[in-house]
Amino acid sequence: MFKNMTPKQKNEAKWGLLFVAPTMIGLAILNFYPIFNTIYQSFFKTGDFGKGNKFVGLANYSKVLSSPETWQAFLNTIKYAIIEVPFGIVIALILAVLLNKKLAGRSIYRTIFFLPMVCAPAAVAMVWKWLYNTQFGLINNVFHSNIAWISDPKIAWISIGVIGVWSIIGYNMVLFIGGLQEIPGDFYEAASIDGASGVRQFFSITVPLLSPTTFFIVQTRIIGALTIFDLMFMVMDKTNVALKSVQSVVYLFYQYAFTNGNKGYGATLVVALLIFILILTFILQKLEKRVVYHN
Amino acid sequence: MEGAEARARRRKILTHIVLIIMAFIMLVPFAWMVLTALKTNQESISVNPFYIFPANGWHWENFATVWKSYNFVILYKNTILMIFFRVVCACLTATMAGYAFGRLKFPFKNALFALVLIQMMVPAQIFIIPQYLMVSKIGMLNTTFGLVFPGLVTAFGTYLLKTGYEGLPMELEEAASIDGCSVPGRFLHIMMPLTRSSMVSLGIFTAVFAFKDLMWPMIVCSSATTTTLSAGLAKMQGQYGSEYPTMMAAATLAVLPMVIIYLIFQKQFVEGIATSGGKL
Repeated sequence: MFKNMTPKQKNEAKWGLLFVAPTMIGLAILNFYPIFNTIYQSFFKTGDFGKGNKFVGLANYSKVLSSPETWQAFLNTIKYAIIEVPFGIVIALILAVLLNKKLAGRSIYRTIFFLPMVCAPAAVAMVWKWLYNTQFGLINNVFHSNIAWISDPKIAWISIGVIGVWSIIGYNMVLFIGGLQEIPGDFYEAASIDGASGVRQFFSITVPLLSPTTFFIVQTRIIGALTIFDLMFMVMDKTNVALKSVQSVVYLFYQYAFTNGNKGYGATLVVALLIFILILTFILQKLEKRVVYHN
Repeated sequence: MEGAEARARRRKILTHIVLIIMAFIMLVPFAWMVLTALKTNQESISVNPFYIFPANGWHWENFATVWKSYNFVILYKNTILMIFFRVVCACLTATMAGYAFGRLKFPFKNALFALVLIQMMVPAQIFIIPQYLMVSKIGMLNTTFGLVFPGLVTAFGTYLLKTGYEGLPMELEEAASIDGCSVPGRFLHIMMPLTRSSMVSLGIFTAVFAFKDLMWPMIVCSSATTTTLSAGLAKMQGQYGSEYPTMMAAATLAVLPMVIIYLIFQKQFVEGIATSGGKL
C-alpha cells in the first residue's frame, strides 16, 4: 500500500499510523477485546471463588430471560428513565430560556444550577438519603409528613428519580443555552414585528430550531439513565424492602458479577442491556429524521 | 408605552422568582449537608423541637474528627493521583491521535476512526468484567495503576481533539511543510499549541468524571487505604450510616475540593463539560 506514494506521502502515512498507534492499541486491549470477552463469558458458568469456568451454552441467557428479577430490573430502569429524562429536560429548557436573556445575576444562577455536575454522585446520594429519612429527615420535618420516601416500594422509584433530575438539570441547561445562542436573533425580531407573542415565538421558532440540541440531549440522557447505578447503590440499603422495585439493571449486574462473583451471569445481564440499548439507539436514529428540524 | 414597560418589568420579576425558587431547591441539599455536619449526633436526630441551625454550638471539630478517623489524607492522595494520571494519559494519547485523524493521510484512517466512534456508542459497563480480570491477572488490584487502567486511552477525547484540529486552517501547516518542517515538528510547534482550549476541555472532563466514578474504584480498590473518595464514602456509609453528622462531614470533605476548583474555573468547567457532551 506504500508503493504508489511519494516519499512525502510515505512519511506522512508513517507518522499518522505512529500517532494513532497508542490510542488504537489501547482501545483494542481496553475496549474491543473486552466486548468479545464479555460476550464469550456469558456462555460460561463461573465456578466457586471465580475458578473453573464451565461452558453452559445459552443456559445463562435462558436463566436471565426467565428470571422475574431481570424483567423487574429492566422495568425499574425504564421507570427511572421516564422520570429523569423528560423532567430533567423540560425543567432545564425552561431555565435555559429564562437565562438566555439579559438578566441580573445570570451567571450566579448558572453557577448554582450546574453545581451538582461537579459533585460525586456518592456524596449527593448520601445527602439525599438523609433528606429522605423517614424519622429525622428534613423533608418529612418541614412538611410534617411521615412518608417512607425510600422504603415504600410505591414511591421509592420516584424519590430516586428526583435525585437524578436534581443532578442533571444544570448540565442539560448548559447544553440548551449553547443551542439557544445559535438561533439568530433576527428571527425573533421579525416575529415581534409581525406581532407574534412570546409563547408563540417559543413554539414556532425556539422549539423547531432547537430540536437538534434537544434530540442530542434526549439520546444521551436515555442511555445515561439506562445505565444508572450510583444512586441506587448509595441510597438503597441491602435490607431496604423497596430495593427489589428500585434496583436497576447495572445494579443487578454489579451484584452478580462482583458481590456474588458470578461473572458469567453478570456478563449475560450486561450483554442483554447492550442489545437493548443498541436497539433503542437504532430506533432513535430512525426517529431523528422525522422529529429534528433541518433547514 | 408605559404599559409595555410595566409588563416587561413584571415579567423580569416573575423570571427572578422562578429562578430563585429553583436556586433554593438546588442549594438546600448542600446547606443541609453542611449544617448537619456541624451538629452533634444527638442534635441531628432531635426532631422536636426541630433545629435548622446547630443549637449547641457549631461543631467544626466534626470535620477534623472525620478527617483523621477515616484517613482522608490517603483518600485524597489516591483520588488526586488517579485524576492526574488519567488526565495526562488522556490528553497525551488523544492529542496525538486527534492530530493524525484530523490532519494527516494514512492507510486505514477511516476504518480506524470508525472503531473510535463505535467505542463511544457502547455503554462502558460492557468492558468492566474483562478489565477487572486483566488488572487482577497482572496483580495490580489495589494500586493507582488499577485505578487509571480504563482511562489510559480515550475514544471520546480522540474524537474531541480531532474536531479541534480539523477546525484549524490548512495554510498554517502548508507554509511550515514547504520550509521543510517535519510532521512531528509541525505537530509540536504549530498545531498542538493551537488546540489548547480543546485540551483543557478534555482535561476537565476527564478529571470530573474520574472523580465521580464509583463502580470501578469499588471493584479494583476494595481496600480502604487504596480507594478513592467516592468509593471511600460508600465504604463509610456501610459502616457508620446512622451517624449523620459524621456522614455529612465526610460528604462535605469529599465534594469540597472539586466545588472550590469549579467556583474558581467556572467558565472552563461549564464549557469543558458541556462541549464534551454525551458520555456521562
